[in-house]
Amino acid sequence: MALLETQGLTAFYGDFQALFGVDITLDAGETVAIIGANGAGKSTLMRSMSGMIANAAGQVRFEEREIGALPAPDVMALGIAMVPEGRKLFPSLSVEENLLIGRYGRATAGAWSLQTVYDLFPVLKERRNSPGTALSGGQQQMVAIGRALMSNPKVLLCDEISLGLAPVIIRDIYAAFPKIRAEGASIVIVEQDIGQALKVADRLYCMMEGRVTLSGTPASVGRDEIHAAYFGAHTA
Amino acid sequence: MNWLDTIVQGILLGGLYALFAAGLSLVFGIMRLVNLAHGDLIVLAAFLLLVLVSALGLNPFVAALVALPVMYAIGWGLQFLVLNRTIGDDILPPLLVTFGLSVVIQNALLQGFSADSRRVPVGALESASLQIGPISVGTMPLFTFLSAVGVIVGLNLIFYRTGLGRAFRATSDDRATAGLMGIRADRIFATATGLAMVVVTIAALFLGTRANFDPTMGPARLIYAFEAVIIGGLGSFWGTLAGGVIIGVAQTLGAAINPEWQILAGHLAFLLVLLVRPRGLFPRALD
Repeated sequence: MALLETQGLTAFYGDFQALFGVDITLDAGETVAIIGANGAGKSTLMRSMSGMIANAAGQVRFEEREIGALPAPDVMALGIAMVPEGRKLFPSLSVEENLLIGRYGRATAGAWSLQTVYDLFPVLKERRNSPGTALSGGQQQMVAIGRALMSNPKVLLCDEISLGLAPVIIRDIYAAFPKIRAEGASIVIVEQDIGQALKVADRLYCMMEGRVTLSGTPASVGRDEIHAAYFGAHTA
Repeated sequence: MNWLDTIVQGILLGGLYALFAAGLSLVFGIMRLVNLAHGDLIVLAAFLLLVLVSALGLNPFVAALVALPVMYAIGWGLQFLVLNRTIGDDILPPLLVTFGLSVVIQNALLQGFSADSRRVPVGALESASLQIGPISVGTMPLFTFLSAVGVIVGLNLIFYRTGLGRAFRATSDDRATAGLMGIRADRIFATATGLAMVVVTIAALFLGTRANFDPTMGPARLIYAFEAVIIGGLGSFWGTLAGGVIIGVAQTLGAAINPEWQILAGHLAFLLVLLVRPRGLFPRALD
């Protein structure tokens, strides 16, 4: 039984249709990567799963419950936390306050607390009283991930966490994922950095123009197949 | 004329203006909503106190304790059911709706209480005073000022030391991302307005016991409140207190020179500060 799944998910921005019947599943304990070029619909999919965009109720299901029509605070309270694209730290809040606000709507006890988030990203403890937005891009991303972990979510949605960061920083951030998985969270990663995504994912979906064009395990899909699904190019 | 005495009276009067302004500052700081009915809500609270005192025979301070949760509920409901629907990218709807609300409150109070001016009696406290050196300080004005300081300290503690305060600031920063934290912006806004109405009730206690009031005096209180908020810098509670004090001192100094200059001097002080520091004295860094 899938922990989180979409069935025939459609999404619109006004008249513009961004998703055309997307089916994806995430099982408990799994890490799934969603890859695709700009405008493929990856972020729209994430926004649908987190409640930022309202959909038909039955198009998104979590623990067998229809959540497609729920607003973001209700989805978050059920245990789906999101690391939004662009990090979106709160400028009026310090690093520590940014972390603490992550459990506002769901103060569930579990592996993650201020202390364990600081253990995961020690640099944040040194900067705990700085305004969140005074940090470097990589450190801000650590705050955004830590903030999502603070609610001890069952599902962690990570939208474009490597965007705009140097490769060495991206490596540091992805180094935290085995630990996050080990504590029990199931993870959906949206990435344009395919190499990084495939290293941590159990399965992948490739999207193009609002549809899933390829799915499988990193070992089962070939480089050419990904290339074709990603760019729409036909391989010989 | 004793200048020191005049300035002290002005500072104490500034406490009343800061109380008028603190609720406005709170609501504007969190949801960028300018409530044009703020002054009328103060007058409404003063009439509520008057009813509690005259009908139930309560001491005004006890009446205020009774009125606090009532006004909180009114504020919460007003925001949740009415004002939340006006909040968006366009700043005009909240202005129009709160302006309409101002008219409705004034006329409802005129209907219910007539245009006569009233006063909430506080007995011997009305004329009680303390002699501090050469200066005589009225007990109620002193209470007013100390209450203003207490309100500012309290609002700062809520804002910067509690989970609710973090939610206020986060929602003010970015409503959509706050939703991902489980924060329901509509309820946060309603709580903020409820809290503002608690401050309004405290302001009404000192407005109603200090001098006569009538149903149409709300808009002038709104102007003083606005000026205090803007002098202080949007979003800074201590700035709001400073703004109130500056208007209060300017008014008493103006009145000391010529009684007709009282109101004018307050407005001139406001314009002067705007000229020198257009963003106010203590603007929040990020606005």
